[in-house]
Amino acid sequence: MDETAKRAVRNLVILGGGTAGTMIANKLRHRLARTEWHITVVDRDDEHHYQPGYLFVPFGGCSPEQVVRSRHSFLPDGVDFVIGSVDMVNAEGNVVLLEDGRQLPYDQLVIATGTTPRPDQTPGMLGLEWRRSIFDFYTLEGAEALADALSRFDGGRLVVHITEMPIKCPVAPLEFTFLADAWLRGRGLRDRVELVYVTPLDGAFTKPVASAHLGGMLDERKVLVETDFMVERIDDEQKMLVSYDEREIPFDLLVTIPLNMGADFVARSGLGDELNYVPVDKHTQLSRKFDNIFAIGDASDIPASKAGSVAHFSVEIFVDNFLQHIAGRAMTGAFDGHANCFVESGDDKALLIDFNYDTEPLTGKYPLPVVGPLELLKETRVNHLGKLAFRWIYWNVLLPGRPVPLPALMSMAGKHPATQREKQEA
Amino acid sequence: MPTTTIGGHEIHVNDEGFMTEYDEWTEDLGQALAAQIGVEMSDEHWQAIQFLRRDYPDQGETATLRRVSTVGGIPTKQLFVLFPKKPAKKMAYIAGLPKPRGCV
Repeated sequence: MDETAKRAVRNLVILGGGTAGTMIANKLRHRLARTEWHITVVDRDDEHHYQPGYLFVPFGGCSPEQVVRSRHSFLPDGVDFVIGSVDMVNAEGNVVLLEDGRQLPYDQLVIATGTTPRPDQTPGMLGLEWRRSIFDFYTLEGAEALADALSRFDGGRLVVHITEMPIKCPVAPLEFTFLADAWLRGRGLRDRVELVYVTPLDGAFTKPVASAHLGGMLDERKVLVETDFMVERIDDEQKMLVSYDEREIPFDLLVTIPLNMGADFVARSGLGDELNYVPVDKHTQLSRKFDNIFAIGDASDIPASKAGSVAHFSVEIFVDNFLQHIAGRAMTGAFDGHANCFVESGDDKALLIDFNYDTEPLTGKYPLPVVGPLELLKETRVNHLGKLAFRWIYWNVLLPGRPVPLPALMSMAGKHPATQREKQEA
Repeated sequence: MPTTTIGGHEIHVNDEGFMTEYDEWTEDLGQALAAQIGVEMSDEHWQAIQFLRRDYPDQGETATLRRVSTVGGIPTKQLFVLFPKKPAKKMAYIAGLPKPRGCV
């Protein structure tokens, strides 16, 4: 390559080869000329996990082979895949520094390094009882260890606990609780188990209408709910959760969702908020500090669910915006915070909820108005099959960046705003 | 949006009673709002409320407990002492800010 050509080629560096990073690499490689843009994806390993699959692992419903594939196999030709840990981003100098000393200069940077459970942030969580009577299921190892513990569990207090919001997939702790209830019933153990759901929120979920609905489902299943519980520490000798206002919740088996935080390099680079999330414009996801840094997926501070569906819908908007941005034009797309989550409710049924920054989860049909086939905010078998089918769609359609026939922005067609009564109950 | 009168001031509030207009707030009003929910304001209380007031215009969101503790420098434990039971909500209410989202 001669000097002129070298200067002409620009670098797009994508940190993170997860859902958002992989989709972006695939979509942009098709839209950016190779003679004009190099694309590099950086991740610390070559294991891409289908994280929604973790939920079924504790109940023996999903094998590790079904949830892990290699990252590079989902990246197209013409994208460099670099395995390495990011030390920091020098945003003034437009260069990423890796821990092994390598430097990756960029013209445009996408931070898509997600969010990670951090059990080290709560005193006592990583103590003697970690993976003995205290488990997480947001990592594959945690979910596998929990499967083992559940298979030996024959009664007592099973406590499901959320440390602090926001967390990845905010419905997963509820789903776990519903599945645990069904699983215990199936094994004839339900009467010997006290199921407790402990949350820092003032209800079962974050959005009022869905919270009332899902809270009702916990009541039906005789799950005790402890709200407004901000854990200060875990007393691992007495096996109990202790809150800042000195409430105590004993457990025999604790399934906790640790504090979630963005990557530490984000903090080291001065690009993060108090939880290492990158502050961005919530419609374009462009950094509020730097004009050539975007944060997509769970890594940003947008007030939307940290979930694969949000990553997916926001990438659709991002790609067109990015092309306008690098051409020096104003970005015209505006992401609306659209999230779309299946909620497993046990006994091979699931609900589906669909919401965005401004609109509560609605009842109705999805994705096609009236026809469905999926029902919003209702437990059905078809929704459960939809959730299971999604794993195939994820690996084969979504990650490769092929068009998924779901609109990125939320549609109101065929949906019904919650009734006044539902709102009041909420 | 409904309006209500607190401490002689007419203010705009949402259906949960949280103020909706940042600029309608004054310290007097904060004092009156605190009295409504049984909080007696000390210097330490004001320190937290002033942090929330300063932080909001920059962030566009009401600070979470974690932000008040890590950025504002008041330990979470102390926030539970100052504003018992539901510190995040109580602080937002007194500071005339929306209920913190921190929960999406």
